[in-house]
Parts: sequence; structure tokens; C-alpha cells
Amino acid sequence: MADTIADTRRLFSKPQNLNDAYGPPSNFLEIDVSNPETVGVGRTRFTTYEIRLKTNLPIFKLKESRVRRRYSDFQWLRGELERDSKVVVPPLPGKALSRQLPFRGDDGIFDDSFIEERRAGLEQFLNKILSSSSNSLPPASDVTWGLYEFKDRVAGHPLAQNERCLHMFLQDESVDKTYTPSKIRQA
Amino acid sequence: MSFFSFGQSAEIDVVLTDAETRKKAEHKTEDGKKDKYFLFYDGETVSGKINVTLKNPRKRLEHQGIKIEFVGQIELYYDRGNHHEFVSLVKDLARPGELTQSQTFDFEFTHVEKPYETYTGQNVKLRYFLRATVSRRLNDISKEMDIVVHTLSTYPELNSSIKMEVGIEDCLHIEFEYNKSKYHLKDVIVGKIYFLLVRIKIKHMEIDIIKRETTGTGPSVYHENDTIAKYEIMDGAPVRGESIPIRLFLAGYEMTPTMRDINKKFSVRYYLNLVLIDEEERRYFKQQEITLWRKGDVVRKSMSSQATIGAQRFEGSASSESALEKEELREDCR
Repeated sequence: MADTIADTRRLFSKPQNLNDAYGPPSNFLEIDVSNPETVGVGRTRFTTYEIRLKTNLPIFKLKESRVRRRYSDFQWLRGELERDSKVVVPPLPGKALSRQLPFRGDDGIFDDSFIEERRAGLEQFLNKILSSSSNSLPPASDVTWGLYEFKDRVAGHPLAQNERCLHMFLQDESVDKTYTPSKIRQA
Repeated sequence: MSFFSFGQSAEIDVVLTDAETRKKAEHKTEDGKKDKYFLFYDGETVSGKINVTLKNPRKRLEHQGIKIEFVGQIELYYDRGNHHEFVSLVKDLARPGELTQSQTFDFEFTHVEKPYETYTGQNVKLRYFLRATVSRRLNDISKEMDIVVHTLSTYPELNSSIKMEVGIEDCLHIEFEYNKSKYHLKDVIVGKIYFLLVRIKIKHMEIDIIKRETTGTGPSVYHENDTIAKYEIMDGAPVRGESIPIRLFLAGYEMTPTMRDINKKFSVRYYLNLVLIDEEERRYFKQQEITLWRKGDVVRKSMSSQATIGAQRFEGSASSESALEKEELREDCR
């Protein structure tokens, strides 16, 4: 008279591969801003910073890249992103105009402590852009994605990071400010 | 003889033959109250008697006929005037005349077809009832008695599992599996979610049961969605290769069997909604319909079907013979 006890055993699943469990995550991305170098003489002096990127995200053409950029390049990037992407772009460290005035007691914008402060701010700026939070549609609790069977290229992908200007800034030899803004498809 | 009919009236009482032995089932009415009603199945005979009790025993009651009806009808809330009767049986109990004293009349509706299950929903209700009527010139005296009908099914012949790979390219790929596509109301959903690719930062994952009541046809179709259950199955961020088990007991939830296009008036369907939420509160979901059915208490599964179910659990390892042994053992242990 009693019902058979329901079979509640787990479905069979293959054990997780140790490399999958302990290996690098599928969204590995490391970015560093380091090695400031001041080049030039007198009024034409400027500081460049080394930007090192290591990643396994498929959208990046190079899995490791190293480029040198100056502060005005960062300003250009910020302007491009603000205009083209729908996200709130994080702020850059200050322009430090007061440091560029004459008759200062210190080295102005070539002061070691200032350069270090700026370096840290630039690194934070790039990290914020590249973390999935800022480079996506504005966070909202009613943003919903349907999961589909057939593989569709979905516009406005949650892991966007597909702005041409960003890729050029991070991985190309130099920044071509006359480029055509566009979105990158799969590398 | 009284000129106004309120001079004499009567009370009607409907009593079923098997009132003592017949089971009752709980049913929630339109106003949310739970009540118990006599439970019937398709094909069962509905029989009993009606007691007509005169309010004033010294006066006569003139009437235009006494009858009893068995009605099955669908009522759409937005169209209350129209009752769609899909079962309508009537038995005349007395020809026009007069009652000099309280009287009892027997009735029997033999092997009544009751094709659909009793249902009370958001926009529609389906009910079965007996209605005894003493017809009079000015106003009838009537009494209704609602009954509840359950539709039973046996274990489905074909009950394949649901298994699919879904996702967003380069972002999230999962394979989900539910052990069956048809579940009875006291069943357990056993499944798993296997992560093939995880690039987003997932915070947690849940499975919801959604009931969708659809009324209307053509251009005026209306869906009413109701989340019956929300059940968290994972807390934290998974990585590639991880498998998350699902075990969801349905008996704890108030659900009805799946009802498809009932009398072309309405449907009640159930969906499993798998939802993943990431650190930015974005939601990723996959909805899948399941069929719910009502298992009869009286229905006993055959041994061979139990063994088949047991054998299905073993993917390529144990033979069906050992599964049969295991099933036999379980029966003996009780």
C-alpha cells in the first residue's frame, strides 16, 4: 500500500578536472601601471608609464602586452569611452595644473612622490575599466539575460570590453588619435 | 391559499449515498478560503437523496416541478455572466404538483463523465456541483453542493530527461539536466547544473517553479504568472567543471496537474526557471516547461516499471537485473 520511496540520488556527473578546479580562472586579467620614465628636456619633458596586461580573455588579441603611455593618452582614452560606451567611466587622477606653475619649491609634475601618486591613480583607473562591473551595461537589478541553446552573438554582452579605443590603448604600439571608433568582435 | 409565495417555503438538503465513506479533498475557493469537499473521479456514479423540508409543516407547498442537476462548468472571471457547461445532466424528481409534507427524493447519476479536474485560479474556475431545484411560479428554491474532481494518471510510458547546453557566448556556458520531463505532484525533481565556462562572477543560483494560467483565445489571450517556489541551489561562485546538484521535493507546494487547453477555454502550465545572479545583480535565466500529473493512491505500479525506473539511474554500470533485485529488496523491507 505504501508508495515506493522516491529515488533522490544525484545524477551522475564526471569529477572536476584538477586543472579546472585549481588552474587560472576563465576570466584571468592582470593589469599593471609601472616604471615611470621622464623623457625629453626642458619644456618638452613628459613622463611615460609602462602598462602591462596579462589575460586569457578571448577578446584580447595579445595574451600579454606591454606598452608605454603618457597622461594625455589616458585623457584621450577616457574621452573616447565616455562618448562611445554607455557606462560611467571612472575618474582619472588630477591634472595637477598648480604643479605646472613656475616658481615652485619642488620638481612640479616631475616630482617623485607626485609621479607615484599619479601612477597609482592611473592603475586604479584601468583596473576599474577592465573589471566586469564598469565595462558593462549600468548595473540594475532588472537587467536580465536569457540563456539560449544556439550560440548567438549577443549585443551588449555582459563582459563587453570591446571598445576599439581601449584595445588600441592597451595593446597597440602607439595610439592613433585619428582612428575610427568601433567595437571589436572576436579577436 | 396564500397570494404571496413567501407564505410557504422549504429547505433543500442534498445528501450523498456514500457520505460516510467517501473521501474529502481540500480546495481553496476564490476568496482564498480552504474548504473540504467530497472527492470524485471520472466515471464514478453520483447518487444520493434530497430532503425537502417544509418551513411551515401545516401548509402545502405548490411547485412547478422538482429536479436535480449535475453540472460541470467553466467560469471566466472577466465574463461572469457566461457559464460554459461541459457536463449537464438532469433528473426530474417530481412532476408539478404540491407537497403536503416534507419529503425525500432519491437520485442517481450513473457513471458520470468528469473529464477535467476542479480548478480555482486567478482568472478562471472550473467546478462541478449538484443543484436541486423546486421550481415555483415566482421564485425557485434551490440548493447547490460543490464536489471536487481529481483527474488521475498512471506513470507515463515515455518520460525522458531534459538535458540542454545553454549560455551566452564567451561568457557563461552551462549544461542543465532534470531527470524527468513529467513529474507527479509528490515527486522529486532531481537534476544538476554543470558549468562548462564561467567568465562572469556568479553570486548565487536558484530554481523557481512558475505556474502560468492562460485564459482567452486569439487576440485576447491573457497569461497570469505566479511563482510557486523559489529554491536556492548554489551560494557562491562556481568555476569550470563544477556540478551543482538539484533536489526539489514537490509535495511541499500547492500545485495542480498540468491542464492543457481545457474545453478550449484555459490552460495551466508549469515551468522550471533556472536563475543565476552575478555580482552586479544581473540575472541569467533558462525556463523549461515540465508536465505535472496526479498519481492515484489506488494505482499500484507494476514491478517491472519500478525496475525500469531503477535501471535508468545507472548509466552503463549495473545491469537491469541487479536493479530489479534492489527494487525487490526495497519492497520487502517495508
